[in-house]
Amino acid sequence: MHFEFDIEAGDFSKVGYASSQLKKIMKQLVGDHKIVKRVVVALYEAEVNVVAHAYSGKVIIDINTDKIEIKVNDKGPGIPDIQLAMQEGYSTASEQVREMGFGAGMGLANIKNNTDEFYIKSEVGVGTSLTIIANLITE
Amino acid sequence: MEQKVFHHALKIQKDQCIGCSHCMNICPTEAIRVKNGKAELFENRCIDCGECFRVCPVNAIIIEQDDFNKIFQYKYRVALLPAVLIGQFPDDVKTSEIYSVLKDLGFTDVYEAEHGVDVLQDAMKDYAERNTENKPLISSFCPAVIRLIQVKFPALVDNIIPLHPPLDIAALYYKQKLVSQGIDESDIGIFYVTPCASKIAAVKSPVGEEKSPITGVINMDFIFNKVYTGIKRGDYSKVIDTNKEKLTPEGTVWSLTNGEADNMQGRCLAIDGVHNVMDFLERVENEEIKDVDFLELRACDESCAGGVLNTQNRFLTVERLKKRAKYFKETGANVGQKDITNYKEYLTESVSIGKIKPRSMMKLDKSMVEAMKKMRRVKEIMKCLPDVDCGACGAPNCQALAEDIVQERAAINHCIFIQKIFEKKGIIDWEQSHEIMKNIWGDEKLNRKC
Repeated sequence: MHFEFDIEAGDFSKVGYASSQLKKIMKQLVGDHKIVKRVVVALYEAEVNVVAHAYSGKVIIDINTDKIEIKVNDKGPGIPDIQLAMQEGYSTASEQVREMGFGAGMGLANIKNNTDEFYIKSEVGVGTSLTIIANLITE
Repeated sequence: MEQKVFHHALKIQKDQCIGCSHCMNICPTEAIRVKNGKAELFENRCIDCGECFRVCPVNAIIIEQDDFNKIFQYKYRVALLPAVLIGQFPDDVKTSEIYSVLKDLGFTDVYEAEHGVDVLQDAMKDYAERNTENKPLISSFCPAVIRLIQVKFPALVDNIIPLHPPLDIAALYYKQKLVSQGIDESDIGIFYVTPCASKIAAVKSPVGEEKSPITGVINMDFIFNKVYTGIKRGDYSKVIDTNKEKLTPEGTVWSLTNGEADNMQGRCLAIDGVHNVMDFLERVENEEIKDVDFLELRACDESCAGGVLNTQNRFLTVERLKKRAKYFKETGANVGQKDITNYKEYLTESVSIGKIKPRSMMKLDKSMVEAMKKMRRVKEIMKCLPDVDCGACGAPNCQALAEDIVQERAAINHCIFIQKIFEKKGIIDWEQSHEIMKNIWGDEKLNRKC
């Protein structure tokens, strides 16, 4: 099944919309609530990244019976050093973003920790693309 | 297809129900539909929060309590009171008067449930210190919240502190105390006076426990009316000396909002009102909210003071209990060793409850393949439905109707907009659409003279 959601950059009041929608969908499909939680947490973190850093973004979700694949593509400044950005605690978030309780520098690492496969591509000045994959079959 | 697993205290009286759909629209778990002009309950979705009871204009929803005369089956009849009962009475009513009338009604003993806090408080702190993994910890105080988490937020069941609420501890203590006086256990009946429906459900089918230590439940509005009438008429036999043991200030306000949160360590939040609680749990589940140590969640606005069986204004109840707690604090009325602490070891041993299991009701099908098929159909159906959420189909909103259709509980022509489209296309005629509406809303509503 295919779903798409837009992410509006810079608007923290709407952050979490795509992950909340995904949660509703997954709860109707997947029995293992721990998997649901992991995927939703990962997408939420990705949404926060787009809202905080990019200019616009899109979430593309494909759910099959065995796995879920989520792409989060944004147009934005891109990440110059992905390895550094993946480190827990590393953050380039502005003071303003931190004051709102975001930007602790755990985002990308947290996404990776909550999924089975994680891919990231980024081009400075163009944008960043994440691919998150989680297996839905645990037995 | 939904199996019955739960006792519910809330019952819809079909002969009283006028099929107005107020309850259907307020239900936080979308557990109610209207069929043949009457409200129907999906029992497994109901969390006994009592919101339907609150809005019913004709009192067709009742909270099933035990027959009062059941107390007389026991030689020792203990009334276990919530602090909010005392908070119902005006300031000039003395606790001794309340106790006196209760004894005249037939109780041999009267005890306040929140004495259990004296044991629970330490057990909760102890648990919080030992369990740092599943943050935030969630209090097990409100049975409606526990059920809400089981049904709607299954990923959070492990965050619930698996400890008995104060009333169970108080019941265990009182029973043990009487037993240690040589009284046979079968002679003891412990009756809880409940401010809400969910506590009845918790007694009748406890979560994480085989059997509740409480014998029966009596509705607080019933007791309040009996007691207040007795006091007003002054017709009680003699003034009983109230139990010399007063609640601690903490115990007095425990069931109010912040009652627990104020006593826990770290970053603690108190949230009341079932819709506020759901909104917050959504965020906790997404891990949007981090670094919170403890959550006190109560289904009713103003917590137990807003319970559906309170007869008096919730804000006045809160004010009275806070005043009472302050008085106890200032006068030291609660100072001194209380008897319940003599049983602390025994009670601490029995304070834990078993594992609280998720029982999510949201999956469209057991099989993932089937669930996806159904979801695709829901998506297709949603393209046809008007997104008005008018409820004329007998379901609370368009999404709920679409889900009912794929679960074969409803048909697409239950939607009044679809009926109009079908009529225009000649698929159905006006008589058929009239018949459909009659099946949902009942004869009477569709045959009024106008």
